[in-house]
Formats: sequence, C-alpha cells, structure tokens
Amino acid sequence: MKLIPFSYVARNLWVRRVTTLLTAGGMALVVFVFAVVLMMGEGIRATLVATGQPDNVLILRKGAGAEINSGIARDQAAIIESLAGIATNGEGRPLVSKEPVVLNNLPKRSNGKPSNVTLRGTSQLGMELRPQVQLIQGRMFRPGTSEIVAGHAIAKGFRGTGLGETLHFAQRDWLVVGIFDSGKTGFDSEIWGDSEQMMAAFRRNAYSTMVFRLTDQSALAGVKAAIDNDPRLQVDAKPEIQFYAEQSEGLATFIRILGLSLSIIFSIGAVVGAMITMFAAVAQRVGEIGTLRALGFRRVAVLSAFLLESLLLSLVGGVLGLFAASWMQAVDISTTNFQTFSELAFQFKLTPVIVVQTLGFSLFMGFVGGFIPAWRAARMKIVDCLRAV
Amino acid sequence: MTATAEPVIRIRNLDKTYIRGGQPIPVLQGVDLDVQEAEFIALMGPSGSGKSTLLNLIAGIDKPTGGTIEIGGVNISTLSEGDLADWRAAHVGFIFQFYNLMPVLTAFENVELPLLLTGLSRSQRKAHVEAALNMVRLEDRMEHYPNELSGGQQQRVAIARALVTDPTLIVADEPTGDLDRATAEEILSMLDELHSELGKTIVMVTHDPKAASRAKRMIHLEKGVLVPDSDILVPVH
Amino acid sequence: MFILKLLLKNAFRHRLRTLLTMVGLIVAICAFGLLRTIVDAWYAGVEGTSSTRLVTRNAISLTFPLPLNYADRLRNVEGVTGVSWSNWFGGIYITERNFFPQFAIEPASYLAMYPEYVLQDEEKKAFLLDRQGAVVGRKLANQYGWKIGDQIPIRGTIYPGTWTFTLRGIWDGVDVKTDESQLLFHWQYLAETVRKLRRSNADFVGVYIVSINEPNNAPLISERVDALFKNSLAETLTETEKAFQLGFVSMSEAILVAINAVSFVIVIIIMAVMANTMMMTARERLAEYATLKALGFSPGFVVKLLFGESLVIALIGGGLGLLVTLPIAATFAKAVGTLFPQFRVSGTTMALQMLASLIVGIVAAAWPAWKMSRISIVNGLRQVA
Repeated sequence: MKLIPFSYVARNLWVRRVTTLLTAGGMALVVFVFAVVLMMGEGIRATLVATGQPDNVLILRKGAGAEINSGIARDQAAIIESLAGIATNGEGRPLVSKEPVVLNNLPKRSNGKPSNVTLRGTSQLGMELRPQVQLIQGRMFRPGTSEIVAGHAIAKGFRGTGLGETLHFAQRDWLVVGIFDSGKTGFDSEIWGDSEQMMAAFRRNAYSTMVFRLTDQSALAGVKAAIDNDPRLQVDAKPEIQFYAEQSEGLATFIRILGLSLSIIFSIGAVVGAMITMFAAVAQRVGEIGTLRALGFRRVAVLSAFLLESLLLSLVGGVLGLFAASWMQAVDISTTNFQTFSELAFQFKLTPVIVVQTLGFSLFMGFVGGFIPAWRAARMKIVDCLRAV
Repeated sequence: MTATAEPVIRIRNLDKTYIRGGQPIPVLQGVDLDVQEAEFIALMGPSGSGKSTLLNLIAGIDKPTGGTIEIGGVNISTLSEGDLADWRAAHVGFIFQFYNLMPVLTAFENVELPLLLTGLSRSQRKAHVEAALNMVRLEDRMEHYPNELSGGQQQRVAIARALVTDPTLIVADEPTGDLDRATAEEILSMLDELHSELGKTIVMVTHDPKAASRAKRMIHLEKGVLVPDSDILVPVH
Repeated sequence: MFILKLLLKNAFRHRLRTLLTMVGLIVAICAFGLLRTIVDAWYAGVEGTSSTRLVTRNAISLTFPLPLNYADRLRNVEGVTGVSWSNWFGGIYITERNFFPQFAIEPASYLAMYPEYVLQDEEKKAFLLDRQGAVVGRKLANQYGWKIGDQIPIRGTIYPGTWTFTLRGIWDGVDVKTDESQLLFHWQYLAETVRKLRRSNADFVGVYIVSINEPNNAPLISERVDALFKNSLAETLTETEKAFQLGFVSMSEAILVAINAVSFVIVIIIMAVMANTMMMTARERLAEYATLKALGFSPGFVVKLLFGESLVIALIGGGLGLLVTLPIAATFAKAVGTLFPQFRVSGTTMALQMLASLIVGIVAAAWPAWKMSRISIVNGLRQVA
C-alpha cells in the first residue's frame, strides 16, 4: 500500500507548533494522572508484598482481618510454638516470634497532625525472621528494657521517633536507640520494642500475632491441619506473603478505581482537544488532500496520514506526561491504610508494564480523537477539495 | 485535422449532472470530443460553461453520469475508484492555478510525491526527480520549501511534478491564473517546450487569451455543450 | 442583547468545534464538581459535630480502651454537664461492602447528648427497655429496607460471633448535616456477652463523650480531664468532637491533597483545549477583525468580541456541566450508600464551578485577543483564506 510520507505527517505537527503543544500538553496532563495513579497502586503493592518472606507463616485469630484485631492467648501461643514443621535457627532455637501489635497515635513532624503508627513487640528471633530488616543507625533494643527502634520512614516523619528521642506512653519513657531500614517494605512504617515489655506495659495477656518459619514449603499443609484439628486453637495460619498482599488489596484497589475513573473522565477532555485539533488540521489542508488524491493516493492513504498525525501527537503528549510522572519516584508519600488503620509509607513505582500501559492509553486517546476527522478527510470528494482552494 | 491514428482521448456522449439541494443541475450534455496524441488543446468558455468539469472528467478525478471516456484505449468511465487512482498515478500529470504544492515538503519532495506511487527504488526516484527539476531549470532550488519560492518558481516545481512519471496526459487548470504577465509567459513557454520537444498531450482550461493562443486547438463550451468551431469569434492576439 | 446574539451566532459558526469544546467543558466542570463533592463528603463527619461535646480517648491510640470507672470521675469535673460512652463495634452486615458504623452506647445519656437524632418517644422508650434493641438512622433504614421490629444480624470482627439486634427505633436527623447512617445498641449487651463468652473483664469503653456547659470552655475542660488521668493506667486525650473527627480526615490527607490537586489539573486541561479553540477562531476571523478596525471600530471592540465569544461558550458549557453534576452526584450517592454519610453538591462547589468556567473563558481568550487587537489593518486584510 502506498502511503503518504512520514515527513509530511511529522512536519505538519511542527509547523503548527502552538496548537500541537497545547493539544499534546492537555494529553500529557491526563497521562500524568493516569501514570501516577498506576505508580501509586504499584508502589503500595510492592511495599506490602515485599514485606513477606517466602517461608514465613503468620498466625492470627480466626476472622481477624488485621493484626490489631487479633488476639492469641499465652496458652494458645504455647501450643502453636510446639507444632511440628517449624524451622530452627543456627543455635537450635525454633524460629518463632510472639508479637503484640498496637497502634500509637503520634504527631507528624511536618504539620503536627496525628496519625496511627504501628508498634510491634518483637525479639531477636523476630529480627531473624525478617532478614530484610537492617539497622542503619544506632543499635538494636536490649531485651527487658524500654528501648525501641524505629523504621526510618517513621523516624523521618513523626515527632519523637528519631535516634535519641523519647516517646512517652503506658506510663513509661521509651528511648529510641536505633533506626532500621527494611528495604522499602511495610516495616519501614513501624516501631519495634521488646515483646514482653510491651505486654507488661499494656497489661495484656494475649499476643496479637505469631510469626514462624517453616522447615520447607511442604510443611505448611501439616501445620494448617494440626491447627484446624485442635479445638483449643481458634486461629488461622497464613503464608506471610499472602497476608501482606491481602493487606494492600483494599487501599490499592480504592486508589486504582478512583484513579482510573478520573483518568477516563479526563481523557474525554483530551480526546475532545485532539478532535478539535485534527478537524482544524483537515479543514486547513483540504486543498492538499484533494491534490494528493488527484495524484493517485488512495482514500486509505489519506486516512492513515491523518490518523498517524493524531497518534504522533498523542505519543508526544504521552512521553511528556510519562517523563513528568517519572519524577514522582523521588517523592516520599504515606497514608493511612484503611485495613490496618495505621500509617503506611510507600513510593511511586514506575515499571515497564506501567510505561507500556501509559503509552498505550495515550495512543488510544490519539486514535479515538483522530479517527473521525481522518475518516472525514478520506471521505471527501476530490473535486470538492480542489474547489475549496 | 485528419485523425490518422486512434485518438488518445475519445469522448462520446458525455453527460455530467450534479444534484444541488435535491435539484439536478446538468453541467455537461452530450459532449463528443477526440484529442490526438501530442495535441495541445485549450478548453475555453464563460463561467459555468462546464469547462473545468470536462477537465476533471478527462483527468479522472470525477466520474461522468453518462457517456464514455477512453484514454489511451482505457475506458476510464467504468473504472473503480481504486483503479482510477492507480490509473491517474500512471497516466496523468496535474498543473493547478494555485500550484497546490505541499507546504511542508521541499521542492524535491514535492516532485517525488507521484513517484512514491510507483515501485521505483530510492535512487531511481532521485534520478527522475533531478531530471524533472533540471527540465524546468530549478535544480539549484531542490531543498527549498514552497514559501521560499516565487509564484513562477512554484509553478515550475508543479510542472516538474506533473512530468516526473512521464504521463500520457498533462492536465492544466488555469496555470497562469495567479501569475504576472512576464512569469505567465515563462510558464507558457515551458508548456510549449513540453509539447513540442517531449510530445506531451496537454489539455488546458484557461480564460487567458494569450495562454489560449499558445495552444494549437481551441475547444469552446457554452452551458455544457460544445460550440462548433465555425461559431467562434476568433479572439485578437 | 444584540451583542449576545452576535456572540452566540459567531460561536456557532463553526458548530462542530464549538460543540466539541462545550462537551469538553461540560465533562471538565462536572468532574471538578464531583471531585470537590467527594472531598466535602470526607469532611462530612466534621460538619455534624457540636461545639459543646468533647471526646475523651486513650492517649496511646483509639485502639486502646478506657476503664468504665472513669465515668464517675468525669462527671465530677468542673464544667462537665453530662457523660456517655461508646465502643466501636466494627461488624459486618452480610458482606463487607455494606459498610456502616455501629456503636455500643450507654443509651439514655448518649441519646440525651445527641438531640439532633430525633426519635419518636415510644420508639425511644422501646429501645431503652430492650437490651438487645437497636436504633438506626433513617438513611440506613431506607438503604436496607428495615422496619421496626426487624431482626438485624451483624457479624462481629473485633467481637467475634454473629450478633442479632431488634430494631426498636429509626431517627431522623434534625437537619441535612446530621448523620443518619449509624446503628446504635446497648453497651450493656456488649459487656454482658463478652463477659460470658470470653470470661474476661469487660468493663472497658472505646471513648467517652463529654458534654460541657460552654463552647469557650472546651480547651480548659479538656485539660482538666487529661490532668485528672495523667500518670494513671490509661492516660487520656480529650479534644473537641470536631478535632476528633478531623483526626480521621487527616489520616487520609495524602489522598485528599491528591484529589484536590487533580481537580485543578482538569481545569487546566480544559483551559488548554479552549485556548486552542479560541486561537483557531481568532486566526480564522483575522480578515473580519481587520475589516472592523478599518471601518472604525476600536481595537477594544475586537478584543471584547473575542472575550465575549469565549465567555459565552465557557459559561454555557460550565452551566450545563453544573446541571449535569447534580444527577450524577445523586447516582453516586446511591451507589456508595452509607460509605459516605453525606454526599451533596454544596453551594460553594456550584459557585466554584461557575467561577472556574469564567476563568477558563477569560484565560482562553487572553492571548488570542491580545494578538488580534494589535493586528495591523493591512496585514489582516491581506489574510484572505
């Protein structure tokens, strides 16, 4: 098929630079919103999913959707600790951690507004169960003391949680002796302290959760069966990765739906802009269209040329929007996760899939906006075009 | 004029009627015309006489409502739109009153356009374009855009474009309509050259008596009908 | 009037382009209105608060309870006129999607403190007498088609098991701002059941609601309360009901900021589209404008024509967008049901929508108008299409 040269298409966009920029600019904004929303959802999911370790299992009270709603009594915990299938560490101790998890309402550094921060009572075993957590400043808390360590997102964002600072709650002062980094996972948004100290301070008799490592994947079935068959245990066992994935579902889905609805609405504006521009382009070049058809170019060549012009226009917009969106990766953001009721810090994450989806969306807008004008251009009669010159 | 060979253009009983606002408007009625190869003819007539319509039908950019047009033995009145486009690409060269060049393409690229519809390679196309631009004496302006050329130069580019595929027929609609006297003379001389040196068949619509006088035969139309030669008052040169 | 007719006719000379621009405007202004309404809805809880009510919660976080025996001590604090309490129940009615708040309350004192929940006397009496009874707001009752006497099953998440309540009363809010999407039941029922099933101490409340004599005394009385419980097992944090509700809003601050930002983005998008349209219009009319100038009309007149046309398109499009917002918001409100207790397009939002249209109309015409007013007559007349 004989097509009209690409230079004709591209140069026409350049010649009407202001219009091209205005139209592409409108599209770029829509693309920016679209990409940022996808990046947000991806960032939340990535943060939470990475939080889980492949062979770790989480124990929660039956029906509790979040750790803070869950309670495991000491006697139940003792039974679970002795189940078969739990791995041991180098020193032969079973890799099990019994953890109370509570929320602490703390003021933000930026504006003093309070938000709920997850406070987890854990132990050295708890650290071993999460190898991605590394201390980057100070040291680990000493067991049996009121020392705490803070995730670096919390230390950065909340008053009283920096190295050397003190939090006051449950009638005690808790000194921050270390800051940890958990490699962009959910633990960056937590504060850790000694498990038994927390239990005592909060006068609790029940842990919130238990975490342990399986000897290997095949042990999971056996553990689940043992738990289900024991009437004293009203708990669920979940692989850690699955648990954290579920924790992000609600928030990620909400953001995705909100964002996509917005993008679709916005895209109508951008498509209208593209349509106006392309109709004007066709109207301005009616004489050229007639000439090209007279010379022997087919209707489909005319259609393709104008459609390509619209696609190129939207590609420019798409690339601009994507470029702007990629800068958001440098921004730190946090919000309250509805499911856990606590603060979650995450990043905007740009993946190759998002790049493809975004450019695809952009081209789709260009196609929809440009199709009718291009179709009209192709349908015109040669003599009508030439008469208009 | 004795027709020894088959006429290159053979028109029989040509009708063209437009529908405007539900009313049929006849523009051409029962036109018969023969044009020999290498003839240079001028179509003339007052406004609304149908001369441009006749030109459009000969050029294959419009379809008749009745009658036949045979060009080079091909009955173009029955060709499908796609085939007609292909036929035009191979057999017709166009020259318009307002040059009709693509403003965003250089002179070279404008002349190259019809060649893109052939199967020639890039280097082959280059050779043809340069030859055509040479013929109109614009080889030093190949990379210029239309807005960097004078009216006369633009029309010469258009002529080069009309020649580049070596068409059977050159069709010109008021080629000197937008040019001053001196430039018009230049263009008309060039058309003369094409006719005498290259043996091109040229059909030209014009108001301009000076342009008409360059043609070797004048066809007059009035209200959609050919006026026989004897009824024409020969214009003074 | 003649000018308006002239502007309208001019605007619709290029029907397709004007119509497309209007479609863009309608969509953009409508979206702007909806986004603002979503943000307003988030703050709805704040709107319904009273300046004579304080909320006292555990200082650590809302997820920690307060002892029941605080009630007596609270009553004796200077300036306090009434004390009640509530526990967030957080149960599920059939599926997670049917979200609405459920509170276990101290019935007599709580209803006295919330006079804006208007209950019929017999219904109130029936509720107070039935320990397993519940009262709900009208909006909630309508959502699920509940009638007095219905049995309502709720699956507990914090307090496990399926709990069944008998509907004893339906309240109407005293005005549009009042929340009608809650379910309230007896705290005693919760405490008794927990004591039985879990064999543990159940004398804990979620928050205390404290009514005070005068709004101005709020900060003072809050301090008094917190001082009272300082260094005890459960330290308290007391704040006005408004501050308490704002605390919830600020949890989603990042999202709200994003939504607000995005609502500006869409106005900018449509501004770009309209500016493009006006530029094309101006370019086409060059010869006409030059002619007008040649005839003696001032450059100012030409500018006014262009602005006028832009404003006519923008205001009509914006007005239509505003009208379209109302039914869409109503549909959205039905869809989210009790997730957002209030979902109304406020007067402020409507005013802002028209203001946005006005600004778009002005900005879109600004640069073309400036260019056109400066065009020399000669150059303009030369621009024959």
